[in-house]
Amino acid sequence: MENHPVYIDTDPQVQTTTLNLGPTHPATHGVFQNVLEMDGERIVSGVSTIGYIHRAFEKIAEHRPFYQITPLTDRLNYCSSPINNMGWHMTVEKLLGIKTPKRVDYMRVIIMELSRISDHIICNTIIGQDTGATTPFLYLFQYREHIYEIFEEVCGARLTTNIGRIGGFERDFNDRVFAKLDKFLQTFPPALKEFESLLTRNRIFIDRTAGVACVKPEVALDYSWSGPLLRATGIDYDVRVNEPYSSYEDFEFDIPVGTNGDIYDRFNVRNEEMWQSLRIIEQAVEKMAKEEKGVFHADVPEFYLPPKEEVYNNMEALIYHFKIVMGEVDTPKTEVYHCVEGGNGELGFYLISDGGRSPYRLHFRRPSFINYQMYAPMSRGMLLSDAIINMSSLNVIAGELDA
Amino acid sequence: MGKLSNQEVLQKLTTRFGEQISIPVEPFGLLTFETGKENISEVLSFLKNDETLKFNYLTDITAVHYPEKELSIAVVYHLHSLSNNVRVRIKVFLESENPQIPTATSLWNGANWMERETYDFFGVNFIGHPDLRRILNVDDMTVFPMRKEYPLEDPNRVDKRDYFFGR
Repeated sequence: MENHPVYIDTDPQVQTTTLNLGPTHPATHGVFQNVLEMDGERIVSGVSTIGYIHRAFEKIAEHRPFYQITPLTDRLNYCSSPINNMGWHMTVEKLLGIKTPKRVDYMRVIIMELSRISDHIICNTIIGQDTGATTPFLYLFQYREHIYEIFEEVCGARLTTNIGRIGGFERDFNDRVFAKLDKFLQTFPPALKEFESLLTRNRIFIDRTAGVACVKPEVALDYSWSGPLLRATGIDYDVRVNEPYSSYEDFEFDIPVGTNGDIYDRFNVRNEEMWQSLRIIEQAVEKMAKEEKGVFHADVPEFYLPPKEEVYNNMEALIYHFKIVMGEVDTPKTEVYHCVEGGNGELGFYLISDGGRSPYRLHFRRPSFINYQMYAPMSRGMLLSDAIINMSSLNVIAGELDA
Repeated sequence: MGKLSNQEVLQKLTTRFGEQISIPVEPFGLLTFETGKENISEVLSFLKNDETLKFNYLTDITAVHYPEKELSIAVVYHLHSLSNNVRVRIKVFLESENPQIPTATSLWNGANWMERETYDFFGVNFIGHPDLRRILNVDDMTVFPMRKEYPLEDPNRVDKRDYFFGR
């Protein structure tokens, strides 16, 4: 297939138009190029071109110590970077055999579920935006801001968080974190309810989304879809349940599934997942209160960077600091695959270690990359305006697509 | 964790393929074995279509470069049986000069971009792939950058040499 298809039929009655949708189009929310063959408003065929923001993370990762790879994972799915960060930390912990305390697991669950909510807020409000409803976007988007304030309080950063360390967190949640979390848990549910009341039974919204871009479950499996997109087709695959990590088995929550796999179902699955995330966060806060206070990392001095004041005053801490930074700690020579449920689906880390300070090979299984390849085939015969909301509902994040 | 144990999966595979399957290892409970490129299509389709195994979900395809080995490119498949909740990892070692392997796109459409990515970075030629061209790198690139012989940075730089850091 040629990269830029050129139509050569000269008959004016059947001639199609080549339309470059992207790479930077205001309607695509990211760097996506699709070269579409249009017959009037309908798409005859399309070719996706990706790689515009490819940054060679897998190559860079082969030259960095484990703890310096965390900021690279930030920039994969930057709408829910804490999930990437912690997925990476858990991969390394699995490799090194580190067992984290329960309290750390619950802290992670709180942060990960908050980022899942912020990820779904973006996706669902953007679907509304693209169908012409700007109000819900403005209403709900400020709650993403509140989530970012919590992140800021925990780690000092908002978007590219670099949150946590291998073995736990760099510091404990302080009182302001809990205060902000409480405020969020009280104010967000009514706002989400209002958001739902603006869209879920909205005639215009249903007309635009229901029955559009339906995907059958077998097709979704064939294309290795995962996450809310796969669940919208009716398959209840969720990594949090299938292979619980970070003590997800301690929580009670439901996995929402759809029936038609259309845009409306994806929207509703994401909405319901936000409610379930709230449930999980409430349980996690409760469980955390029962654990021993002040535990925020595993007791692994060979891998967890000691606090700076100890490095200057304590010999062991200085030695460990030096060993960690210079990469003198031995790691097992083996390979590990660990996956977490990211905002878009199964986010996997395939890590091969040769015993050195950096991975021998690190491969990211990026859900956006794998989900997006169906976009061009499924756009055939679709109206252009439907294809636009279809792209928003896939929630493809350019950073994760191109790595 | 899964309903099927690794032993049962392995039992089925060895009765079907016998010597074609290498001695398996289980790093962190994930059944890993090697096979040859002559068998990979059959192994994949057996795993996918077998009535009890049902490895119907292709999680990932990638490759690894081991320059010190004779067959230096390893193509790695991760399969997942959703109904049994068990995973396998299959490795196929290929020579580094023009590595060739049959495509998996006939079994899963999702393999399309995964194989393109593997081709793009390692130069693995997937025979029978419908549209094998570069995906993330620029089209006119001539090398396969994830191979170990390509350095990350300019090798002539001296300010990052190990001896400056006591290594």
